Amino acid sequence: MLSYRRSNRPDRVPHLGASTIQELAQQIVSGLATGSIFASLALALVMIYRSMDVINFAQGELAMFTTFIAYQLIQQGLPMWVAFPLTIVISFFGAVLLQRTVIRPVERQSQLTIVIVTLGLLITFNGLAGWFWGYEEKSFPSPFPTAPIHLGDVTFSSQDLGVIGVSLGALLLIYLFFARTKLGLAMRAAALYPDQSRVLGIPHGWMLALGWGLASAIGTISGLMVAPIVFLDPNMMQSIVVYAFAAAVLGGIDSPVGAVVGGLILGVALNLLGNYVDFIGTDLRLPVAFAIIVGMLVVRPAGLFGKRRLSRV
Amino acid sequence: MQKHRFKLLSALAPIAALGIFAGSCGIAQADPVPGVTPTEILLGGTHPYSGPASAYGVIGKGILAYFAYVNDHGGVNGRKITFKDEDDAYNPAQTVQLVKGLVEQDHVFALFNTLGTAPNLAIRQYLNDQKIPQLFVSTGATTWGTDAAKYPWTIGFNADYQAEAVVFGKYIVQHQPNAKVAVIYQNDDFGQDYLTGLAKGMGAKASQIVKKASYEVSDPDVRSQISTLQASGADTILIAATPKFAIQSLADLGQLGWKGETYLSNVSSASTMMAAATKTGGDAATNGVISDAYTIDPTNPALANTPGMKLYKDVLAKYGQGLDPNNAFVLYGMAAAYTMVDTLQKAGKDLTREKVMDAAIHLNENNPFLWPGVTLTTSPGDRFPVRELQLLKYGNGGWSTVGSIIDARK
Amino acid sequence: MTNRARVPAANIISFAIAAAVVAVVPWILPPYISFELAYAGAYAIAILGLVILTGMNGQASLGHGAFMAVGGYAVAIAVSRAGWPPEAAILIAAVLCAIFGWLVGMVALRLSGAYLALATFALAVSVAPVLKRFKDATGGAQGLTFSTAHAPGALATVLDNERWLYYEAWLLVGVLFAASWFALQGRLGRALRAIRDNEIAAVSFGINPAFYKALAFAWSAAYAGIAGALIANATAFVSPDTYALNLSITLLIGGVLGGLGSMWGAIVGGFVVEFLPLWAQNISTAASPLIYGISLIVVMIAVPGGIVGAIQRVAHTITRPRAEGKPERST
Repeated sequence: MLSYRRSNRPDRVPHLGASTIQELAQQIVSGLATGSIFASLALALVMIYRSMDVINFAQGELAMFTTFIAYQLIQQGLPMWVAFPLTIVISFFGAVLLQRTVIRPVERQSQLTIVIVTLGLLITFNGLAGWFWGYEEKSFPSPFPTAPIHLGDVTFSSQDLGVIGVSLGALLLIYLFFARTKLGLAMRAAALYPDQSRVLGIPHGWMLALGWGLASAIGTISGLMVAPIVFLDPNMMQSIVVYAFAAAVLGGIDSPVGAVVGGLILGVALNLLGNYVDFIGTDLRLPVAFAIIVGMLVVRPAGLFGKRRLSRV
Repeated sequence: MQKHRFKLLSALAPIAALGIFAGSCGIAQADPVPGVTPTEILLGGTHPYSGPASAYGVIGKGILAYFAYVNDHGGVNGRKITFKDEDDAYNPAQTVQLVKGLVEQDHVFALFNTLGTAPNLAIRQYLNDQKIPQLFVSTGATTWGTDAAKYPWTIGFNADYQAEAVVFGKYIVQHQPNAKVAVIYQNDDFGQDYLTGLAKGMGAKASQIVKKASYEVSDPDVRSQISTLQASGADTILIAATPKFAIQSLADLGQLGWKGETYLSNVSSASTMMAAATKTGGDAATNGVISDAYTIDPTNPALANTPGMKLYKDVLAKYGQGLDPNNAFVLYGMAAAYTMVDTLQKAGKDLTREKVMDAAIHLNENNPFLWPGVTLTTSPGDRFPVRELQLLKYGNGGWSTVGSIIDARK
Repeated sequence: MTNRARVPAANIISFAIAAAVVAVVPWILPPYISFELAYAGAYAIAILGLVILTGMNGQASLGHGAFMAVGGYAVAIAVSRAGWPPEAAILIAAVLCAIFGWLVGMVALRLSGAYLALATFALAVSVAPVLKRFKDATGGAQGLTFSTAHAPGALATVLDNERWLYYEAWLLVGVLFAASWFALQGRLGRALRAIRDNEIAAVSFGINPAFYKALAFAWSAAYAGIAGALIANATAFVSPDTYALNLSITLLIGGVLGGLGSMWGAIVGGFVVEFLPLWAQNISTAASPLIYGISLIVVMIAVPGGIVGAIQRVAHTITRPRAEGKPERST
């Protein structure tokens, strides 16, 4: 009953040869580029998770919405190098406001309750973006030159390097923030030991708000980098959030390093699975990639770099 | 007549809820011809206003704008058209429920321009069983025309995808007899139709289709597929993709230095899309791309003075608040609405569902919103209202015509 | 040790009232409302599964739409290809999903929190690609159309299709709810809850978490499969678009809004899933996503334990004005 006609399948690379080595390199390079998109949003997911133990499913829509704000600013005539930082700042404070108004009432509730609120935010922001700007694809300027760079037969662009670079840069900043600054330390304390840190005078609520602000800023950066590549529309981040979620979990949901590594691995793996494994093809690569991640989780339940939470009984 | 059907349910007071409920939904008296009063015709429809296909929701708004215009200019045989359009989020289970509600609660006269292949398949049997017209469905699948014997109450509108691909195939055979063709296609009935049509159009030379790569709507980008296709040695590519992925494909091809011929599905050929691709991929990405059209592209300056564009702008000026005039889907909505009005007009003042269906399969109209020269005709043996296409080639920032109008079903 | 389940009088009375109401409704309201209520009942069954899996056993699932897909396609294939009666197909759907759910539960044993969420999410995103790949069996992207369900033989003269579907759904709701209630009264219910509250402590009580966790998955999957089968029966059409990612998320939303702490929450959840989008649309088709999204946020802020949780708290306060010491556990 379950059959699979060859004629319906997309074709595969026929044989190995010098040109296919080039193609392999090309697929890996494109995979790294796509993967860095996942990584950038995964970083935002990790930020929120570290502060609240919750996956913020609205992260992608917030990123998309703020990218639209940047779009609007640019349409009004602001140059890119003014609009982008301005948008990031707006995003930061907007998220802080959002956290204080919408998330605070449910902070102490179960994770599920908070998740539903994030889903409500997802639907709302998606609807708002569609309401204000419509659903047609819009082009969006890239901060990086898009001219192609050829290395042998392998092509990529400075934009790809830029996205990877920015993701790594964000990772570095996050690491420095958490490891080397007092504020970062306070945030970590508030997340891991809420009661004790309150006793020490750390304002828990504001630490959460700070976490949201930072996560949103990172998400906005992700959106600004992604929009030139996939073109701007209200649904632009939805497919990316799916992969970012997988990447974050693969790397360990509380590890920023894991988010970046996970994203890059996922991007490359998708391309290799889709192009070189006959049975999988481009249509089954998503389920197979997810299945592999889940399989890996069975072996390492906390992901590649995640910490196993040990709790007292 | 809208009836509120919200439910307030408490586990401890189901009866109270029912009381509210039963009171709010009386059994309406169905008019002798459902949906038709001396002053009004009630049509129903579903479009995806939310969810992944929400880009097409704006079609419904284009329809509403045109109907408002017609209503202000005397209506149809003295009646105004009311179009109740609902959001099914492209979920066929939802479409079924909404259509049942439209038929059984709102007593619509007919369904018009319901969108999506799967959603329309889901409601087709029900509507045909109830003998309710399912008019001018918004999808390019071929089944609406080919299965008319089984489903006489259903008729399509769009020039179908297979026919378009056949045109491309024949064109390739004629102008590039030794072409090696690659295809990137969306992995669903839309994309599959292009594969079928291309092979059909190329006939004996179908073996020259050397590589196919599919993408899912849930994919983040199509770089992997494009590099595979480019590396296959093909010199011609067919992009059977919806706008987001078509623009990406063009931009990626431009980046990779593609020098071959590119054919593009008409769903993605609006000038705004091409401009977006050019911005990212450079002129190389879009110069020379071949596509086609059967509706007017509102952003094509060459068409700015056609009667259709003038009508379009007039309608939008007064009735299209908030609508983007450059959005080709808005214009498509008006094109379909024009045909709907024409059909109602032909059915006469004494409206019945049978008469409307009969009018729908005897159409011969000059729809101003169609590309100049493209006609819209139907007959009992031919339920493909739009069969003609104008081939186009892109260059210097705009589309120019290639050859004359082709009948795609010949 | 199993306790004989002693059913409190209050429960019997409320069940009887509900049953009477359910029986009478299709004769008061128009047939298409019965049709929509059939959907609500089906969703209620699926969400009951979530009440057991997530509310009682603490395993959140973002993937139950996949089990609904298995149920729906089981019916579609059985009816359209093998000519089976739909009721038999519903049974097959339940069994298939139970097995599938058990396997998923085994895989998910060591996972919790975000990791479990991703594992179940993987199910939901895999539905459409897998269905499209095996198009010979599933009809691919165009799906499968099959004949509308109707009452068997003589009953068909009395019950039109919509009412038949309604009774089919709500009969199953009654049976499954009662069965679940009884099953969860004794050790089974306590074991599930103990694992949710503290798995390691539960082990020290001699409870085998692997067994119960997998059981909870199998059980909830079977219910979701039945729900999917009922809905496919009603729609007479299945396609990958019917089981998009949205569906799994919507089930979870309905469950949490209804309240995962009690089985009544599943009933409310079923109504939420079915009628909230329709209600939002009636207010404004264009703004319906905004209305829907904002409603979610407002309801969660107002009643974090779900609607039924809130009603129960209110009822509690009314009947027992002396406040208890310990705050109620929210799920």
